[in-house]
Amino acid sequence: MSLRLQADRDVTAADDGPDAFRRLLGRLGVADVLAIIVVGLVLVSVIAPGLLTPYDPLEPDDANALAAPSVAHWFGTDSLGRDLLSRVIHGTGRTLLGSAVAVLIGLGAGTVLGLVAASFGGLVDAVISRIVDVLLSIPGLLLAMVVVVALGFGTLNAAVAVGISSIAAFTRIMRSEVLTVKDLPFVEASHHLGGSRAYVLAKHVFPNSYSAVLSLTALQFGLAIIWISSLSFLGYGAPPPDPEWGLLVSEGRQYVVSSPWLVVVPGLVIAVTVLAISRLSQLTRERTTA
Amino acid sequence: MNQAALQHSSLHVVDAAPVPLLVDGLAVGYRTRGSRGPTDTVRDVSFQVGRGETVSLVGQSGSGKSTIARAVAGLLPGNGSVTAGRVAVAGHEVADFSRKQWRPLRGSTLGFIPQDPLSSLDPLQRIGVQIAQAVQVAGDTPRSEVPARVIELLEHVGIRQASARVRSYPHELSGGQLQRVLIAIAIAARPKLLIADEPTSALDGTVQRRILDLLDGLRQELGLGILFITHDLALAQERSDAIVVLQDGNVRESGPAEEVLLAPQHPYTVALLSDSPASSPLRYRERIRAAAEQVQVEQRGGTIVPPAVVEVSHVSKRYGRDPQTPPALDEASLMLRPRSIHALVGESGSGKSTLARIVAGLTSFDDGSVRVAGRELSRDNAVANPFARDLQLVYQNPLSAVDPRYTVGQIIEEPLRIHGVRSADERRRRVATILDQVALPASALGRRAREVSGGQRQRVALARTLVLAPSVLVLDEPTSALDVSVQAQIVELLLDLRDEHALSYLFISHDLGLVRQIADEVTVLSTGRVVESGPASAVLGHPQHAYTRELLDAVPRFDVERLDPSRFEAVG
Repeated sequence: MSLRLQADRDVTAADDGPDAFRRLLGRLGVADVLAIIVVGLVLVSVIAPGLLTPYDPLEPDDANALAAPSVAHWFGTDSLGRDLLSRVIHGTGRTLLGSAVAVLIGLGAGTVLGLVAASFGGLVDAVISRIVDVLLSIPGLLLAMVVVVALGFGTLNAAVAVGISSIAAFTRIMRSEVLTVKDLPFVEASHHLGGSRAYVLAKHVFPNSYSAVLSLTALQFGLAIIWISSLSFLGYGAPPPDPEWGLLVSEGRQYVVSSPWLVVVPGLVIAVTVLAISRLSQLTRERTTA
Repeated sequence: MNQAALQHSSLHVVDAAPVPLLVDGLAVGYRTRGSRGPTDTVRDVSFQVGRGETVSLVGQSGSGKSTIARAVAGLLPGNGSVTAGRVAVAGHEVADFSRKQWRPLRGSTLGFIPQDPLSSLDPLQRIGVQIAQAVQVAGDTPRSEVPARVIELLEHVGIRQASARVRSYPHELSGGQLQRVLIAIAIAARPKLLIADEPTSALDGTVQRRILDLLDGLRQELGLGILFITHDLALAQERSDAIVVLQDGNVRESGPAEEVLLAPQHPYTVALLSDSPASSPLRYRERIRAAAEQVQVEQRGGTIVPPAVVEVSHVSKRYGRDPQTPPALDEASLMLRPRSIHALVGESGSGKSTLARIVAGLTSFDDGSVRVAGRELSRDNAVANPFARDLQLVYQNPLSAVDPRYTVGQIIEEPLRIHGVRSADERRRRVATILDQVALPASALGRRAREVSGGQRQRVALARTLVLAPSVLVLDEPTSALDVSVQAQIVELLLDLRDEHALSYLFISHDLGLVRQIADEVTVLSTGRVVESGPASAVLGHPQHAYTRELLDAVPRFDVERLDPSRFEAVG
């Protein structure tokens, strides 16, 4: 498997250009293409939400309250007659920004802790590893709720809370990767050439142990979306009336019997986005671990 | 195979039983992505293995020798297939056999001895169980007698205390013993043909000799035909009746061993003979002598040359804290004179790698002292090597010793960055100079180490160490992973570099043939002790210690009497 991938990579490296690109496309399955389209749409709605919808997400329309999905309103409208599609699209930025902040916090702190724990070993490793064990023993969402209650409600605070509760996972994987890499002959060889501890860590150990952590990042990003949505659903996140995916589900809850699309559609959007991101993360992992 | 050789082999077949192996016009191809049909990697191969005969397939890596072995054994991977010719194993035409058709032949007709004994046995099963499975394949041993047969087989392949050993797990046995177990498995169902794919390349010289003696004995005793795959022409001529020389999937030469050896027809065979250290021991003698004289002349001329660049005295090292474990090094001493090549030889486990790592400052030591270029090495090794500009270690496996993410250019440049050469132009200039000296093309700079050939990788590793201009190189088996002809190129490069940069080499090797070619002085290590040390001609010519003699006996020897001496001079 790895041999084949490597051979492929050599081929693509040999002839750049449209031919190589077509070959890359040819290897993608239907699911991969769908995932790329979904992530593309999500990105567009983050950058320019106005492009995808003509309606204002905040403007009520009393005449059209709780309308079922139709050609004019693809996702229907909510209790105040606001277009659900445009609320979902305008909410994307808030949700994804929160997830990005959460992942960055987890990734940054986790990477540093893992690198330090593995490369220094001994007491440092023991202390960091036990703290990580404690963090991992508490359910992530529960931990995030505790943190957000301590920090106060709001989108950013929810993101910080989710980030903190994901540090442990990043630390674990970074530590185990560094442990394997730091005893490889080329690391020793670099020390032998006169490289100091910091130099070798930065130039050899870190770059060679980072790819596994990066593929976890994409996975963790999907998870962060779910957690942040959960926190807003429970009321710890973004305050109304600003649209946010978890909040949309929460608002639709009261009408779940009469107008089920208010819950089902934002829920589906969350699920599809998370699935698409994790599919892409798998794709990048397959490409990087050749 | 040429016509004369075919006739020669057929003379052996006097009885009616079919020959163990007949290969005629064989071509094997692999399907690759994007190609319609299989591309032939081996073309028009013909040879024959008679009863009680050993035929060697000799060639470098990529010559197709393993492909032929796999085709003959029905072990081609899914994308490989026989595209032309016929293969007859003990009378069965097997060229088009499916996996299912092969099954009854395995074990009972054909036995296979793999290259790496350690990874070829199930680590979780006792060896007795694994042999018993092979015995049951034959189907001629009643269930109740299987354990007795297993013990009999183990005794047959020379494992002592066989009845106790059947309960061992593979990790409890040494490499040589494991290879014996695999041979027992291969002969368990009384095959007619044994295929041995480099059966000893992972083993020490002395163990190699014992394993090959065992195979020879079994061949005579059981009338086996043996197809022996090797890259070592010296080994092939010593052990076989006929030799087939392969290059790039084509048979370059084939015939009785003596003919191939005495009157090689193809230039490739001649090149192999001259590149193999065992067949041309005097190849570098003149150069070595000239270099030694040069040093003496300079010393007499008044230039102050220090007596030693590396001085190891009474160094001891024990791994772990348990005083019961035998020490890896026990009071070892050696002295590396300037601009000389000092070879450190011994079997695996003799401590030669430990000593090399201690000298290189990579391993701490418990007792004694090490001086490198006049400076004392501390007993605890520092993280960053303070002696990098004086002494460099060249690793055995260049691929694992360089960062897989780095290009060749970055690899060679790294020591300069570490040692504070800030200007990019200056770095580029020095890399280009070194690249030229190790004869690497400039096009290699942008590639990664895995994208260049094995010989080039070792050149990259040498370039990286030389860019710091050290005075001593510790070479840890630098050519053991290379083919003989590439090995010869690297050795020549090492000699050139020594003359150019006035280098001294501490050369670790288990290949005494190579040591005999290039070493000025030799130190023999056994279980951490220096058993013999002195000028190469004395130690290798008149060994005083039994262990040295044993090591020397294990080197495959060309019957020099039979060889035309003029050819030695021509290549030497």
